[in-house]
Amino acid sequence: MTATVPTTATVPATAALALGDDALVLSHRLGEWAGHAPVLEEEVALANIALDLLGQARVLLSLVGDEDELAFLREERAFRNLQLVEQPNGDFAHTIARQLYFSLHQHLLWTELAAGDGPFAPLAAKAVKETAYHVDHAAQWTVRLGDGTEESTRRMRAALDALWKYTGEMFQPVDGLDVDGSALEQRWLAELAEVLDRARLSLPEGPRTGAWSAGAGRQGLHTEPFGRMLAEMQHLHRSHPGASW
Amino acid sequence: MVTGAVVEETRLEQELAALAGSVPDPELPVLTLAELGVLRRVHMREDGGVDVDLTPTYTGCPAIEAMSADIERVLTDHGIPRVTVRTVLSPAWSTDDISAEGRRKLAEFGIAPPRPHAAGGPVPVSLSVRCPHCGSTDTELLSRFSSTACKALRRCVACREPFDHFKEL
Repeated sequence: MTATVPTTATVPATAALALGDDALVLSHRLGEWAGHAPVLEEEVALANIALDLLGQARVLLSLVGDEDELAFLREERAFRNLQLVEQPNGDFAHTIARQLYFSLHQHLLWTELAAGDGPFAPLAAKAVKETAYHVDHAAQWTVRLGDGTEESTRRMRAALDALWKYTGEMFQPVDGLDVDGSALEQRWLAELAEVLDRARLSLPEGPRTGAWSAGAGRQGLHTEPFGRMLAEMQHLHRSHPGASW
Repeated sequence: MVTGAVVEETRLEQELAALAGSVPDPELPVLTLAELGVLRRVHMREDGGVDVDLTPTYTGCPAIEAMSADIERVLTDHGIPRVTVRTVLSPAWSTDDISAEGRRKLAEFGIAPPRPHAAGGPVPVSLSVRCPHCGSTDTELLSRFSSTACKALRRCVACREPFDHFKEL
């Protein structure tokens, strides 16, 4: 019998669900690279990052309820992940841009939560060390592609531009998450600018929010590709209720 | 957070901890769970059952379930009626928790052991990783991630052999 020790503090379900869904959905997207990555080492790297995220998701979702039910039996509107993490893999530059934006954010968030004594502190202290490797991986690739050939530079820039409008949502307040969003955003912008500078790229321009005026992922509003992703992720579990290994 | 409350272990608990700690790691069978530093506590309950606290190397480490099952089996074989293995995250596991004997065995097995952390700071990247085959310190990184999340893939420039490096966490 295996059990994760529940924390004594009351867990804010909204926050656990938001962070858990981010990790789960991005983990699934990265898993889609299995068998398709440009080189074997990269396939292994993306799968390892996906596994770290899945581990984080399992801990977070288990704080809210049954992890399998939450992952496989919720409808699209019940997911609280950022729209950024549900974006399709695109070309390799899109995957790296998504990873850079998200990992930088997640690393800052875990660092802050690990320093406090809230209900997420134990997980954050563990996850921050894993996420440091994710940031490193994404930053190295951003530099390699951005400061690479004409083609790789063009693609990296296009990917950063395309995903820019989804980055504002990361700093919106989440119920039960005791962090200063605007301070986090300033640090995120500074760290991102530093990586892009090394890659001989500049920060994209244009609005960072408002992809949908009605709200975004945290309110359960998702982009079209998410429905297709969920259909694939959930169909086995839904076709064989109660099946186990 | 787990505090440093010292709880006196009984002789039986020590014996059971030694048994649980002797279980080999499912993915790195040269190491025992005690040498890996993932076994946190063995506690005898009043009803005769035993609680075992285990911490994962990585949050998503899939080996944790095999470890739990192995510990359960070993302790049940020793006559313990009910064994509950609990996963604890705090304090977070670090590669510094791998024992000296564990590091020696890793190197012997062909896996470069993790370098020690500087006190409180990140691991200095400049510290070279020694090739477990020929001992040269002239090695290069091929990939930050390898066969498992806890390893990086490197190559020795001197003997040209690729090898796994248990990366610092």
